[in-house]
Amino acid sequence: MSAALTFWRSFAVNRGAVLGLAVMLGLVVLAVLADIAAPYSPIEQFRDSLLTPPVWQEGGTWHYPLGTDDVGRDILSRLIFGARLSLMIGLTVVTLALCLGTALGLTAAFAGGIVDVVIMRTMDVVLVFPSLLLAIVVVAILGPGLFNAMMAVAIVFLPGYTRLVRASALSELARDYVTATRSAGAGTLRLMFNTVLPNCAAPLIVQASLGFSGAILDAAALGFLGLGAQPPTPEWGTMLAGALQYYQRAWWVLTFPGLAILITVLAFNLLGDGLRDALDPKLKR
Amino acid sequence: MTVVMEARDIRRHYAVGGGLFRPKGVVKSVDGVSFTLRVGQTLAVVGESGCGKSTLARVATMLEPPTSGALLIEGAPATPAAGRQVQMVFQNPYGSLNPRKTVGSILMEPLAINRRGDGPAREAAARAMMAKVGLRPEQFARYPHMFSGGQRQRIAIARALMLGPKVVVADEPVSALDVSIQAQVLNLLMDLQDEFQLAYLFISHDLGVVRHIARDVMVMYLGRPVEFGPKEQVFAWPRHPYTRMLLAATPSVDPRHRKQSITVRGELPSPLNPPAGCAFASRCPHADNRCRNERPEPRDFGGVKVACHYAETIG
Repeated sequence: MSAALTFWRSFAVNRGAVLGLAVMLGLVVLAVLADIAAPYSPIEQFRDSLLTPPVWQEGGTWHYPLGTDDVGRDILSRLIFGARLSLMIGLTVVTLALCLGTALGLTAAFAGGIVDVVIMRTMDVVLVFPSLLLAIVVVAILGPGLFNAMMAVAIVFLPGYTRLVRASALSELARDYVTATRSAGAGTLRLMFNTVLPNCAAPLIVQASLGFSGAILDAAALGFLGLGAQPPTPEWGTMLAGALQYYQRAWWVLTFPGLAILITVLAFNLLGDGLRDALDPKLKR
Repeated sequence: MTVVMEARDIRRHYAVGGGLFRPKGVVKSVDGVSFTLRVGQTLAVVGESGCGKSTLARVATMLEPPTSGALLIEGAPATPAAGRQVQMVFQNPYGSLNPRKTVGSILMEPLAINRRGDGPAREAAARAMMAKVGLRPEQFARYPHMFSGGQRQRIAIARALMLGPKVVVADEPVSALDVSIQAQVLNLLMDLQDEFQLAYLFISHDLGVVRHIARDVMVMYLGRPVEFGPKEQVFAWPRHPYTRMLLAATPSVDPRHRKQSITVRGELPSPLNPPAGCAFASRCPHADNRCRNERPEPRDFGGVKVACHYAETIG
């Protein structure tokens, strides 16, 4: 039995994880095929049908199944195109923060002494600032724009991963199997990535899957302040933020981007849980 | 009999403390230990917690350099490459195996690290070693958590032997196991010693186990050897009062073997602030002013080295 098949079997035991994976796959397909799947362009404005309600509500029409926003753009089309950006934001931010944080945390744990102090105190400095404020500062330095916003959010997320990796690496380093591998002659890199890191994976996977949602929301907050995705770019967080003023008379403008974020985040968390369990040999039969 | 490992006056000191207003202290975990290990022989190091046994093990496996003194392996100064000749078996079989790796990959890892053989050769070597330590072939792809403590210790022993070491340092290898399993693992260790001509540095606080497996016994107290010699002599005629105390504290089933009990009073002195004279003086029933002020050096009594001023009169 191949390793991939073994992995799939232990993954498929968890129904929620499979559901999460299915939703994620659906979103990815939608994002890739947005040009075909979406009925309209995400930035096309239908000036004669502003704030049209969704189809099942009075006044709704099948032309705009989920209604239109305040400048007459089709919400469904914007959501589908937004999936591209939001998924990319989540993945980029989490990947950046995870890779950098893992490298920094492992370095701090293995090197100890002054290196450890320098890395961890720098992380503490980052942690001291309120996350949004820090992100604003970073964007102010780098200049507004979606990519810089992602960088800023990644920097804000970095201390969490670094501290997590360092803490679990330290507790694993004290265990005898690391000593045994070391006395067999293993180098530092092998000890880091082959011996210690896999045993730190469980909390990291959970943190990463939760961080995905945080990344989308933080990027959205930056967008709301005009520092992230610039209008008319269809990004879920920006859509949500831009529709705040209509929440009393046009609930759909606010609700659907929110639901999209919720469903994506939920799917990703379920997926992360399943991954963590499938990667843990202790939970296998 | 060729000497595979020789320790010459090994010392290992640690700097501790050193707060803002506190001076730094030095803990002399191991303070002047010498021994020679020969092919196929077992040297047991015994002593209570904190006497420096485990530090000695870490120095002997070159996980830590000695503060002073020399460690020779087959006559040459110990280097990291020579360190492969010394492998270790740990006390806790639940922490000494990587929970994310299968038994097979745990056993093949030392070979992979040292680039010995190719994939199939490594697997064959691992499977052969599994058979030698009494594991079944179908257990090759299982994870450590599926095994009992005794089986895990077998895996740990197999891993230690994968590189073909000359010396195995066993740090309390059976003290975490059920008594019924201890004998099995000890017998396995002795069988493997015969087969591979291994030298064991066997660290223990269990004198029953030591009596079973050792050839020589070193009794340590606060980082120093107090009595060191062949097992038969040390057990039959202990000269140092600490050794007598340890032996008297060993439970025995046979009433004829029960020695008169010697009550152990007091605690191990702080290694941060060791007494000027004999370290054992504070607990010794025979101690006098000379013991408290003058440190006894080891003296030879027919092959047994004893560090006590009154070894003649007590023994």
